[in-house]
Amino acid sequence: MTGNNAVSEAMRQINPDVVAAYPITPQTEAVEEFAEFVANGLVKTQYVPVESEHSSMSACIGSSAAGARTMTATSSAGFALMWEMLPIAAGLRTPVIMYVANRSLSAPLNIHCGHDDTMGGRDSGWIQIYSENAQEMYDNLIQAVRIGEDMDIRLPVMVSMDGFITTHSVERVDLLDDEAVRKFVGEFKAINSLLDVDNPVTIGACALQDYYTEHKRQHSEAIINSKAKILEVAEEFAKMSGRKYGLFESYKLDDAEYALVIINSAAGVAKMVVNELRAKGVKVGLLKPRIFRPFPAEEIKNALKHLKAIAVMDRVDAFGAGGTPTFTEVRSAMYGLPKQPLMINYIYGIGGRDIRLEDINKVFQKLFDVAKAGKVDKVFDYLTVRE
Amino acid sequence: MALSLKELSKKEETFVSGHRLCAGCGAGTTFRQILMAAEDPVVMSVATGCLYVATATYPYTAWKCNWIHSAFENSAATISGIEAAYQSLKRQGKVTKTIKFIAVGGDGGTFDIGLQALSGALERGHKFLYVCYNNEAYMNTGIQRSGATPMGASTTTTPAGSASYGKPVFRKDLTGIVAAHNIPYLAQTTPAHWRDLMTKVKKALAADGPSFLNILSPCHRGWRNEMKDSINLARIAADTCYWPLYEVENGEYKLNYIPKEKKPITEWLKPQGRFKHIFAKGGNSAETGSTHRSGPNQELINKLQANVDKEWEKLLKKCNQGDKKPDLETVGT
Ligand SMILES: Cc1ncc(C[n+]2csc(CCOP(=O)(O)OP(=O)(O)O)c2C)c(N)n1
Ligand code: SF4
Repeated sequence: MTGNNAVSEAMRQINPDVVAAYPITPQTEAVEEFAEFVANGLVKTQYVPVESEHSSMSACIGSSAAGARTMTATSSAGFALMWEMLPIAAGLRTPVIMYVANRSLSAPLNIHCGHDDTMGGRDSGWIQIYSENAQEMYDNLIQAVRIGEDMDIRLPVMVSMDGFITTHSVERVDLLDDEAVRKFVGEFKAINSLLDVDNPVTIGACALQDYYTEHKRQHSEAIINSKAKILEVAEEFAKMSGRKYGLFESYKLDDAEYALVIINSAAGVAKMVVNELRAKGVKVGLLKPRIFRPFPAEEIKNALKHLKAIAVMDRVDAFGAGGTPTFTEVRSAMYGLPKQPLMINYIYGIGGRDIRLEDINKVFQKLFDVAKAGKVDKVFDYLTVRE
Repeated sequence: MALSLKELSKKEETFVSGHRLCAGCGAGTTFRQILMAAEDPVVMSVATGCLYVATATYPYTAWKCNWIHSAFENSAATISGIEAAYQSLKRQGKVTKTIKFIAVGGDGGTFDIGLQALSGALERGHKFLYVCYNNEAYMNTGIQRSGATPMGASTTTTPAGSASYGKPVFRKDLTGIVAAHNIPYLAQTTPAHWRDLMTKVKKALAADGPSFLNILSPCHRGWRNEMKDSINLARIAADTCYWPLYEVENGEYKLNYIPKEKKPITEWLKPQGRFKHIFAKGGNSAETGSTHRSGPNQELINKLQANVDKEWEKLLKKCNQGDKKPDLETVGT
């Protein structure tokens, strides 16, 4: 099945009370399929075909605050249009679950993959999970429900995968039993529900100098603490499915001297190159972040600190910043080590541009050169660009 | 649906004192009346604006009903989600009570930035009442013009000056726009006509589908009138036919109030400081904004009067009531 099929199947099994969504390529197919499930009575969901993404997130916030398990989906421009509502969903502590098909932002308009959308929302207070392939997407979406709805966390979660590359290509996906998923996600527990008319609540009051900081501090603690819960849910999920997840995936890192850090589908290509180089006796590895918020800085530092040189590759620019999002996070995690690995930063694959084995190979060659020279001449570069 | 003050005075209030609305603000009176009229428990979604910041500043609240604020332009979208949750949970037997839903926005949050969300929610047929408390400008951010601001009003973004007579264009007919959505019930009213307002709230909440109320809500800060005159001004708005009280029930227009004697528009304009420049010596030309005049800007006054007359005639035709007078019982002026 395609990545989008995997999403709609997961949504069918999660069987949310409310889904409010608006179509955008390459997310659309997942919601269309889900709408069919609604039309055929396979789910109990009230489906709200809203008039925009701003309204889909607004409706999701209302629905979640009313005590309903709520899901939505979007991509790119739609994500950008909802942006105002993202910190509101998080600040009101509504555990909405959102599927994002990663796609580049305009202009120029482009419908293919880039991590511009979710990286632009990384500080909106949501938990962020990234998925390499359809299987991971399916597994992550199911786990997201348990993570976001945990009583100590109560935060919205977005789970994404690469637009077209993963959303539209056909892969083998192992689905769980409907019953197993139903049991795993459990019932939604409403707190301070807007529909509990015997106990009226005011949600979303304005908080100025005197209280705003305390609200944010609590939010901050919740998202930091979610790390432990994410691992706990992963462990339980492993028991049910046999598939293990962590905060990130370490691929041949233990004895590695050189490594790449890559999010989502390109990590798959990179693993092949790692295998080829390993066959030649070169000690290379890969780290693939799964949870970007909360960012597991300490754990990533420990996984990478023994390396000679690291290349962090992002599928998004951060125009004029000191590096792309993953790079700045990883580099700041490594700061303060007595002996720091050398680090370089590449932008690749934006707008859906293919990333090939030889491109990844080039990055490794660069790492070898850097390590040999003992210094970095150019921290930041575009990969596969026509000059 | 006879409403008696004696009976109403026994009812427990849902919108309570202690809020920080300006003394004499029309919004407070309006929402007290609205919630008094509701029989079932209600859930409210309120947009950013004066009503919001003045009634729900953490850790206080003036609302004894379930209530949410999420943003400025989306109270209709937020209520859509709440109502969808209600439909879903009711179907599953997890909610058993009958609950009514009210979304609220100021004129800015409704005529302008929130129009899309409102239109979408009306079109989708959610069962809710949308209330626009219309004080004819963005009051919370300091009296900027909105799509509801009348022509000639001086606001902080359309100030009257030596080359301007204030807002250069007429307000938009939001009630007409909403009527085009063919929803079961919509109406215009004012808090000065409490019996009319409350009757309309009851009808709106009983409607089988979306309903809408456009309520002229005096704001002395923005209108620059005497605090004590707020409610009286709302009455004058209806008496000059500047703000007709009417309703559209299943597509049928009905006038709820025909003034015994239609007052001239100047009676509405004169008590308000936002129109002061129109009556000042050297009032600017309505057409060009040039200042070669010695008396009030009669040209602009004529234009405003002509517009009121034209709209009133149009409305009379839509209502097509012939000699049938409106039921003054319900108006309670
Ligand atoms: C997206 C967005 N733009 C602008 C604002 C700033 N803002 C808050 S309230 C307001 C005006 C509200 O005016 P209105 O809806 O007429 O209500 P009133 O304050 O007059 O009662 C504005 C512009 C905002 N909160 N959000
Ligand atoms: S500024 Fe106007 S609308 Fe706002 S509280 Fe005061 S009187 Fe009411």
